[in-house]
Amino acid sequence: MNRGGILRLLAQAAILLGFIGAVAILTTSPAYRYREPDEAMVKLSLLHAGVRLGECRTRSDAEMADLPPNMRAAQECPRERSPLLLQLDLDGVRLIDATLEPQGLHGDGRAAFYRRLKVPAGTFSVAVRMSDDVRSEGFAYELARDVELHPGDVLVIDFDAQSGRFVLI
Amino acid sequence: MIRAFERLTRQGWLRLDRGLDRLFTEPYNPLYQLGALSFLYFWIVAVSGVYLFVFFDTSVTKAYVSVEYLTREQWYAGGVMRSLHRYASAAMGVTVTLHLLREFSMGRFRGARAFSWISGVPLLWLLFASAIGGYILVWDQLAQYLATATAEWLDWLPVFGEPIARAFVSDATMSDRLFSLLVFLHIAIPLFLLVGMFIHIKRLKLPRTSAGRVVSAATCAAITLVALVHPATSMAPADLQTVPALVQFDWVYLNQYPLLDRYGPGTLWSIVGAVTLLLIVLPRLSPARSEQFAPAVVDPDNCNGCTWCFQDCPFEAIVMVPHDYKKGMRQAQVNGDLCTGCGICAGACPSATPFRHVDELVSGIEIPDYPLQRLRDEASQALSRLDGGEGIMVFGCDHGADVTRLADGQVATLRLPCTAILPPSFVDYVARQPQVAGILVTGCHPEACYYRLGSEWVSQRLAAERSPHLRTSDGRSKVEQVWAGPLEGQKLEDALAALSIRSHDIRPDGEGGHNASEIASARSGEVS
Repeated sequence: MNRGGILRLLAQAAILLGFIGAVAILTTSPAYRYREPDEAMVKLSLLHAGVRLGECRTRSDAEMADLPPNMRAAQECPRERSPLLLQLDLDGVRLIDATLEPQGLHGDGRAAFYRRLKVPAGTFSVAVRMSDDVRSEGFAYELARDVELHPGDVLVIDFDAQSGRFVLI
Repeated sequence: MIRAFERLTRQGWLRLDRGLDRLFTEPYNPLYQLGALSFLYFWIVAVSGVYLFVFFDTSVTKAYVSVEYLTREQWYAGGVMRSLHRYASAAMGVTVTLHLLREFSMGRFRGARAFSWISGVPLLWLLFASAIGGYILVWDQLAQYLATATAEWLDWLPVFGEPIARAFVSDATMSDRLFSLLVFLHIAIPLFLLVGMFIHIKRLKLPRTSAGRVVSAATCAAITLVALVHPATSMAPADLQTVPALVQFDWVYLNQYPLLDRYGPGTLWSIVGAVTLLLIVLPRLSPARSEQFAPAVVDPDNCNGCTWCFQDCPFEAIVMVPHDYKKGMRQAQVNGDLCTGCGICAGACPSATPFRHVDELVSGIEIPDYPLQRLRDEASQALSRLDGGEGIMVFGCDHGADVTRLADGQVATLRLPCTAILPPSFVDYVARQPQVAGILVTGCHPEACYYRLGSEWVSQRLAAERSPHLRTSDGRSKVEQVWAGPLEGQKLEDALAALSIRSHDIRPDGEGGHNASEIASARSGEVS
């Protein structure tokens, strides 16, 4: 192979390696800044079923007789559930004020919520409250606490339906 | 506007082609093999993925550890495989994107080619989904970021009852079952991608899915070398109680995430939805020009069922069916929706010979707007413009170097939709015309042929490697071929000058002919 041929081969190799090398570098660089160095994060996430909105009613004997035997439940209960009212305050500032509709075609499922907030690191007064019955005044579930968030910390606020309390993770 | 952008970008590609042609030569120019290279990278990803799967632990707590084991402890095999998996995947993303842009610039997305174009659009989604899923499986800080961001992006759609993002809010909500699902998706989506790639090329004859041994070997060697020198690594393990400030980002597949963070999921869905829709409707927004020829038609009287047109059609637009009235025989049938009107079939028809003594020259299969009769008339017209003595007949195509600017008193030119519309018998016919000293057949490069296989078939026909082929000694001795792209006018001029000299040499007694040296020098002086 003459000199020109060798040079051409080297140039071909350089282009091929350059392409793969550039692609390899692009898979990690430049780094992407997702949050500022002094930022932390608050996530409010919950899944909860509101109370049923209607009262249960006892079926009459005639109504029971009209039903197929396998469907003769003594009580007829409406399926629709109450929306949830949810609020989150940080240092007295209302950041979330949402009404969460129940899922399902009949509005009989759980209501779900997820929101992520970037906040400056530091100490905060967190207040979160929720009502699961729109017919009643006020909020049935509340939590107020001071938390300290370092840069990069994630504060997760969830609701434990079994104990009926907000939990901070 | 679309065509203006198309033309503008085409110039860029053609210049790049020329540069890389010089360096790699046409058969090895990677720009002509972007689709085939994408297949190659896919197979590298598939093979390396199978190896990684053997060692990968599909649980939340051990996924990261198993990947680290592969990367650190087993760097010589698992680490290399991991790097091959990542780099080949990213390289595939690049070649697929370039393939899309190139096909757009070359106008290969409209008309009968719309199927391949549109069927390629879902492949982009599958490719991106495969890549994003793969990054999440590593379960490092990048995976943590991607899992959360992707879930938030998907949650914007009103189809998921409960927010997917809840699965990634804390270690308590993460489960091994979720990870098993992610692994399943990372295997299933690439399999769908493979099926989609098969559908994508389904309507093409002899699709180029292999880059060839040399290019494949060189690519594998290069990617292995890069894998050894710059191995793929992970970030720190995922920790859902913290959020990373910086993530090592794959800018091939994750470009959309900064948009997601900045403008929100609704805007990102709008953007990707609009881009997807634009790609799908592009063939309709910029349909084939009215001057593009109508689909080929078959004349049963002249079709003998030889199957040559069926074998040569690059777009599988021809099928063989029982003959309309000749018992036991078959005839060609054209699917108009698939036909690009290139005329390659007409050039393959054995009945397409101008030597036939019939009142009306009709062959077994023809392009209605460009029948053999028109070809003969236009060739005769062009030859009649020669200055009385001998000259050169140049046949070119619409997509290669422009031959019409060569026309003068010594050169007759004819520009065809595709050079392969020219039956070899027609070359024989022209060669026997007394005023023709030589014939130059040109067109786009076989590797970059607008109609995929036209130039390759012409080469094989003229070299008697494919039927039909030249039958007269005049045809064989006078014809030369040179492939020249739209920017290679000089190359065409040089070939013409060389043919002029050769024609002079083989006809030393060419009384009344032209001085070939004069022609050559005159031509080189004309080149701009």
